[in-house]
Amino acid sequence: MTERLHIGTHKGLFELARHNGVWDIADVQFLGDPVSAVLAVTDGIVYAALDLGHFGAKLWRRNRTGNWRELPVPAFPPKPEDAGDDPHPWSLGKIWALEPGGVPGRVWAGTMPGGLFRTDDGGESWSLNEALWHLPERRQWFGVAGGEQPGINSVLIDPRNPSDIRIGVSCAGLWASTDTGATWQIINHGMYNEYMPPERREDPIVQDIHLLSRCAARPEIVWCQHHNGVFRSENAGANWHELTAIRPSKFGFAVAAHPRDPDTAWFVPAIKDERRVPVDGKVVVARTRDGGRSFEVLKNGLPQRHAYDLVWRHALAVNETGELLAFGSTSGGLWISENGGDSWTMPEARLPPIAAVRFAPALH
Amino acid sequence: MPTVLFTSALQRFLPVPSAQVTGGTIAEALAAVFGSEPRLRGYVLDDQGALRRHVAIYVNGRPVSDRARLTDAVAKDDEIYVFQALSGG
Repeated sequence: MTERLHIGTHKGLFELARHNGVWDIADVQFLGDPVSAVLAVTDGIVYAALDLGHFGAKLWRRNRTGNWRELPVPAFPPKPEDAGDDPHPWSLGKIWALEPGGVPGRVWAGTMPGGLFRTDDGGESWSLNEALWHLPERRQWFGVAGGEQPGINSVLIDPRNPSDIRIGVSCAGLWASTDTGATWQIINHGMYNEYMPPERREDPIVQDIHLLSRCAARPEIVWCQHHNGVFRSENAGANWHELTAIRPSKFGFAVAAHPRDPDTAWFVPAIKDERRVPVDGKVVVARTRDGGRSFEVLKNGLPQRHAYDLVWRHALAVNETGELLAFGSTSGGLWISENGGDSWTMPEARLPPIAAVRFAPALH
Repeated sequence: MPTVLFTSALQRFLPVPSAQVTGGTIAEALAAVFGSEPRLRGYVLDDQGALRRHVAIYVNGRPVSDRARLTDAVAKDDEIYVFQALSGG
């Protein structure tokens, strides 16, 4: 079977394939256009979200025969007169997260300015999750560096129950629904946000979640790279404890949970937080295999001198095996590991800044 | 009839030939064009029907004043030019 890897960059979508043990670029799409999210599902179907600065967010899908076609984008309804004090625009900024919904044809899209959308027909039509959008608390959500609007960066679907959803928001904490999005509650406790005024630091709704990742085999295990550190939950995101053993630093954007082993996860730390480059100019991956009690610093094959690569939140991925990983950087660096991160190789390519890295699932 | 012309930068994404259309306002003229190429609407207008922030419309060399509702009047010989400012690297 040929493994496939999709890389969304500031100037196009790159597909890599492995032949005879060597990864190489097999296809280039949307050259010159910023890709904000990518999702590969079964049968070779790929969704790519574009962020065309002047002309708005766009969405394309590659079908089973390999042809790309533009789809309708999620759209916000007309803004009612009495919503004049809503601090956030009722217009799609960008598609930031695309996740399969656990039933055929269903995909969830997390967006800026904080709207969650769903399709049940493979992207031919989208509907705004009105329950979340109309929550009074949504007006407390706020944007962060990298986006002036709040954004839904994580959508976690319980593999055992597609009606059970968790979303992570920058900045608005973790919201949960157990009824396919009909009702929502904010559930995260145990996180803290250092840059907030002291009386608000532990407030669930101000938590700056950079990314959530859950163990597919044990969905109650969720990992979080937060603005202020890394956290782990053993009850599907309700209660969190900080993993202070992370090294070489606790700041970062990306996290990947092992799909089967609930004690293993990977992070890509950087200097916290105004100077967002790797510690000492060395690109490393932090891996825990004991639930976060200790971390290994993985660097075999990664640049260890004058490397200033930052890894964004959607630019680290692991496939179903838990052994095949990839991550990409703002400098266009791309590294792939076939052994759970023990060693890394770099394909022969100098890519644009990388926003998203996704493996295609194994063909069924 | 007014004529609507589009920047060549849009040609990368979808066909946008210049067109003579009926309509007494910018909104009506654009609606006529979107009728033949529905995808174009999302490239020019946002979800609320306002002109996208980084898209400009000039009529006979002057920018339109109402970017939210596009109520500026147009006459039969006017040229409506839709374009953007490319930026970045």
